[in-house]
Amino acid sequence: MNIHEYQAKNILRDYGVNVPTGYVAYSIDEAVEYAKGINNDVKVVKAQIHAGGRGKAGGVKLAQNQDEVREYAKEILGKVLVTPQTGPEGKEVKRLLIEEGCNIDKEYYLGLVLDRSISKIVLMGSEEGGMEIEEVAASNPEKIFKEVIDPTIGLTAFQARRLAFNLNFPKESINQVAKLMLNLYDAFVEKDCMTVEINPLVTTKEGNVLALDAKMNFDGNALYRQKDVLELRDLDEEDRNEIEASKYDLSYIQLDGNIGCMVNGAGLAMATMDIIKYEGGNPANFLDVGGDATPEKVAEAFKIILSDEEVKGILVNVFGGIMKCDYIAQGIIAATKELDLSIPLVVRLEGTNVDLGKQLLNDSGLNITAADSMGDGAKKIVQMVKEAGN
Amino acid sequence: MSIYVNKDTKVIVQGITGSAGMDHTEQMLQYGTQIVGGVTPGRGGTTTLGVPVFDTVQDAVEATGATVSIIYVPAPFAADAIMEATDAGLDLTICITEHIPIIDMIKVKEYMADKQTRLIGPNCPGVITADECKIGIMPGYIHKKGHIGVVSRSGTLTYEAVHQLSQAGYGQTTAVGIGGDPVNGTSFIDVLKEFNEDPETLAVMMIGEIGGTAEEEAAEWIKENMTKPVAGFIGGATAPPGKRMGHAGAIISGGEGTAKEKNRVMTNCGIKVSESPAKMGETMIALLEENNLAKKCKTH
Repeated sequence: MNIHEYQAKNILRDYGVNVPTGYVAYSIDEAVEYAKGINNDVKVVKAQIHAGGRGKAGGVKLAQNQDEVREYAKEILGKVLVTPQTGPEGKEVKRLLIEEGCNIDKEYYLGLVLDRSISKIVLMGSEEGGMEIEEVAASNPEKIFKEVIDPTIGLTAFQARRLAFNLNFPKESINQVAKLMLNLYDAFVEKDCMTVEINPLVTTKEGNVLALDAKMNFDGNALYRQKDVLELRDLDEEDRNEIEASKYDLSYIQLDGNIGCMVNGAGLAMATMDIIKYEGGNPANFLDVGGDATPEKVAEAFKIILSDEEVKGILVNVFGGIMKCDYIAQGIIAATKELDLSIPLVVRLEGTNVDLGKQLLNDSGLNITAADSMGDGAKKIVQMVKEAGN
Repeated sequence: MSIYVNKDTKVIVQGITGSAGMDHTEQMLQYGTQIVGGVTPGRGGTTTLGVPVFDTVQDAVEATGATVSIIYVPAPFAADAIMEATDAGLDLTICITEHIPIIDMIKVKEYMADKQTRLIGPNCPGVITADECKIGIMPGYIHKKGHIGVVSRSGTLTYEAVHQLSQAGYGQTTAVGIGGDPVNGTSFIDVLKEFNEDPETLAVMMIGEIGGTAEEEAAEWIKENMTKPVAGFIGGATAPPGKRMGHAGAIISGGEGTAKEKNRVMTNCGIKVSESPAKMGETMIALLEENNLAKKCKTH
């Protein structure tokens, strides 16, 4: 789960990480009002959306006075920002962060991530602040320094100091930077983060160290014990269908093709998308109904798939195994009737009671095509969708 | 022969009185797995499905001599269950539970680092040695005894591969689901090493998916060490970057973890990669023929 920059900064502030004074504004008047409370001539007006690259897209402006705050707030609020991370459709700005400006001396990068190959959290840093860490990794890998963190001890002070020295922070800032890193790690662990990025972390001409941006991503599996984090969820930033799906414990991701698919199991669901493409079609979504695909869940899954108007056909691929195919078939039949399905539907069932399941589909009198294998199913649906003139 | 589990393996079920635990215990007993005990704190002294229930894993091990456990404990308590299995000195614990927080798993791995217990999973379908022992949630009937080892990050995609092999007449030794989480107990390489040593296993099917670099690392290991032919498939060629595809570990981030790159490295390391998930079986058979193993591996 992602949160906004201002929310991340609020959390980090609570953990003793130095961040600029700032307030979230939902309107132009609020922006101007909050700017008055900032004790610095320069104020930063920052678009709050769940995507990076806001600066280049015109979502971050430096205001020299109150009039400029109003001007920039008016310009950015309601604007659709298109950045490399938003996709071509962009994202509408509904919240602004009004923040105190600062005299940047130098920019750095700090990040905490899981290193999957060693199953440990790693603190990474580079002197190339402001750049994406992947870019630095590609162009100047020697500029990235890492500290592997012992899960039982946590980040140690000497590791934090070593990283600060490696990044060539000024001598007088080392202790301040090290303390910030230790605080950052505490926040990471206590809030069940997946990644935390400070880009840039800056030193100022006055000798301060500040987190000028903050990105926090949380472990969805740990939200049951992070109620305060869960409250920060901004549904405006998420796909409507994905939210709807998650209510029914379905895992759904919309893609840009026209063949909807409903599958049990994440691996098979991905493979089903792949095989649609392999057979010359285009998958419209990823959808995993999970291990307990009840008729109710199947019906909800169909509704979500069909809410995408691009969908011109559906492939169901269920390797039931222990799940009973006749039960799944009942769910499919009920959903087809309820939704008055008019587009081609191909169903591949495998598992316990498979013959009974196929029989039910065939006897239903509905326009459902049974497939013998996933390859057969993919071929059939791609052909049917093409024949229908799509 | 087989790897990890066989007909003599004595198994206890952690979380036996929960609904998933009970359903699958029944299935495993039907398959012939020696379920010798169950663990649910507070239910010690009772029986479930004719199986004695204990309060702690330690009690269960002492009373039954079990060496393997399977965990159906809900996610908030699953990390503790894995550590309890480890503390009791089991050889192997298989964790089916999905949605365990990452921070918990990082600590569990550290806890297990200097102990003898192997963890398979979490978020996995389990392990099955055809016709001998099923410890997991996979459908037993699709597995036929034979010579192909199967290792996979995905549950249902493993069933698909096994089904294709069995339908074509090629049985398996053991099928191991290592799970779809970014932090797991047993890696592809761990399982490949076992298959390499197992005399019954003549070839291996390795099924990966997008996210991380476990398949690339395994491919390099195969190139250097594996004496048996390996076929593979990677799910998620059509997955968009930055999106978590159901499994916590299935995400392309920062350009890392794409199917294209995994396929490239695997092919370069001598693995025969199937271009479609419908052709995993076919690809394996072609590989067996290239290695003059098709006859030996045809079991039915």
